[in-house]
Amino acid sequence: MLATADLDALFLTFKVASISTILMLLLGTPLAWWLARTTCTWKGFINAIVALPLVLPPTVLGFYLLVFMGPVGLIGELTTWVGLGTLPFTFAGLVVASVLYSMPFVVQPLQAAFTSIGEHPLEAAATLRASPLDTFFSVVIPLAKPGFLTATILGFTHTVGEFGVVLMIGGNIPDKTRVVSVQIYNHVEALEYNEAHWLAGCLLLFSFTVLLILYTVLKTQPNVQQLK
Amino acid sequence: MTQPIIACFKLDYGNFILNIDLQLPGTGITVLFGHSGSGKTTLLRCIAGLQHAQQGFLEINGKVWQDSELNLFLPTHKRPLGYVFQEANLFPHLTVAGNLQFGLKRIAKKPGTIDLQHILELLGIENLLKRMPDRLSGGERQRVAIARALALNPEILLMDEPLASLDFKRKQEILPFLSRLHQALNIPVLYVTHSQQEVAQLADTLVILEGGKALASGPLSETLSRLDVPLAQNWDASTVWPVSLIEHETDYHLTRVAFDGGILSLPMIDAAIGTLLRVQIYARDVSIALEAPTATSILNVLPATITGLTDDRGGQSVVRLKVGTQSLLAHITHKSAVLLNLNLGLVVYVQIKGTSILN
Repeated sequence: MLATADLDALFLTFKVASISTILMLLLGTPLAWWLARTTCTWKGFINAIVALPLVLPPTVLGFYLLVFMGPVGLIGELTTWVGLGTLPFTFAGLVVASVLYSMPFVVQPLQAAFTSIGEHPLEAAATLRASPLDTFFSVVIPLAKPGFLTATILGFTHTVGEFGVVLMIGGNIPDKTRVVSVQIYNHVEALEYNEAHWLAGCLLLFSFTVLLILYTVLKTQPNVQQLK
Repeated sequence: MTQPIIACFKLDYGNFILNIDLQLPGTGITVLFGHSGSGKTTLLRCIAGLQHAQQGFLEINGKVWQDSELNLFLPTHKRPLGYVFQEANLFPHLTVAGNLQFGLKRIAKKPGTIDLQHILELLGIENLLKRMPDRLSGGERQRVAIARALALNPEILLMDEPLASLDFKRKQEILPFLSRLHQALNIPVLYVTHSQQEVAQLADTLVILEGGKALASGPLSETLSRLDVPLAQNWDASTVWPVSLIEHETDYHLTRVAFDGGILSLPMIDAAIGTLLRVQIYARDVSIALEAPTATSILNVLPATITGLTDDRGGQSVVRLKVGTQSLLAHITHKSAVLLNLNLGLVVYVQIKGTSILN
């Protein structure tokens, strides 16, 4: 059965995933819109940066974040200067790392959805007195709804499943940074296979259910493959 | 609205240059006619503000919408216009009613506006309101798009080849609606097309575009009959006269119509006396006589003055004539022109062998 420590880890995992997903949608939506619309020469460069976590080993990303957010890193000095202290091994640091790590899973479905809307509905809205911002909320978001659903689900589940980045940047602090994937690793290290089974089973069931909903009920194309 | 539309645009795409300087009437349907690549759609998009011409001046209904010298460019959503796209371009996530409401929700309701119910009846879409756009036929979709644009009570209606994506049957379904709109609206309509049929049927004013420039612009008949425009040389060159029905001759199965220049007899038309009609006369159906023919089977013989004459073009001459205030084209052989010694200003008689009614 699940021990208190395991339940805490589960709770923490979903907390990190929820907060990260909200942040990713808030940041990723304008970014994806810009990427879908711009003809700027920097587009390719930004696209490559956003997609980087797809190909980079999580430990590499985690390592750099550790360095930059640490006491002598650029970001670390900044956060210390504004009175936040350093981010590694804190819940906030974990959220920052998760946002960066899972961002492509939010940005890419959104970007694809925005691109497929095309110019025509936007022009029609403009001739019907809708300002660009108004058009975004009344036309773009409803038309991109499948993209938003895919982005939310993929962003959330991918954050739930992360391990390497968490280990590097978050460590293994109960209630603060010890998420499910780390807890499973702890159990296996301690040869507690029974506990590991329970937790692993929970994650397996969760992930499969979410994907099943995604591909059957919502009839989304399996674009994770296209992404990778 | 009677104030003229002033539209000047310079737009350089490298391989295409739009260079337009037009003054158009503030009433009736002005057709922008040209082949693909002539710049007619680009011109319409510049007027709508969907395309931003680097240099431009645009005044509609006495208000300046663009003046590049003053760095003034009203964005599309602030221009009081209605726009009908080639593909109806309805919002797929909204019902027909939702599409119609979209713009209405965003304007302040002005007193004396055209009410929506009237538009729905005019376009025959009252019973489609609950449907989604993908459950409509092409013709229905286009009618909803027209209603959506008109519902905003715009100061100008811009239509970009609204019939081009429809088959012949659907075209015939919508053209009567457009003709009716013409009489029901008192706003100017700019209508882009490459179809001569739509020009003849709808235009009051015609602008002929080619290679990004306006070749000719003016009242329909006058522009159709301009000899410096390739249209007059075509084998299917024609002019269109506005006429009104004055009398039925039931014994002969004929209808007599009047225009400012005389009277024409046409095959019987099923319409009431006083009805306004458009008569199309093909240049190939018009012949010329120096004296009033006394014995001829042709009913429509009218006095006319020659106002233009082309040189020999492959044995054919195009003659431009004035009948009353109306212009007329005649295609005759070059030999006839020489034998009759046709000259500018000569008064002759035209015999019109055939006519067709457009509405």
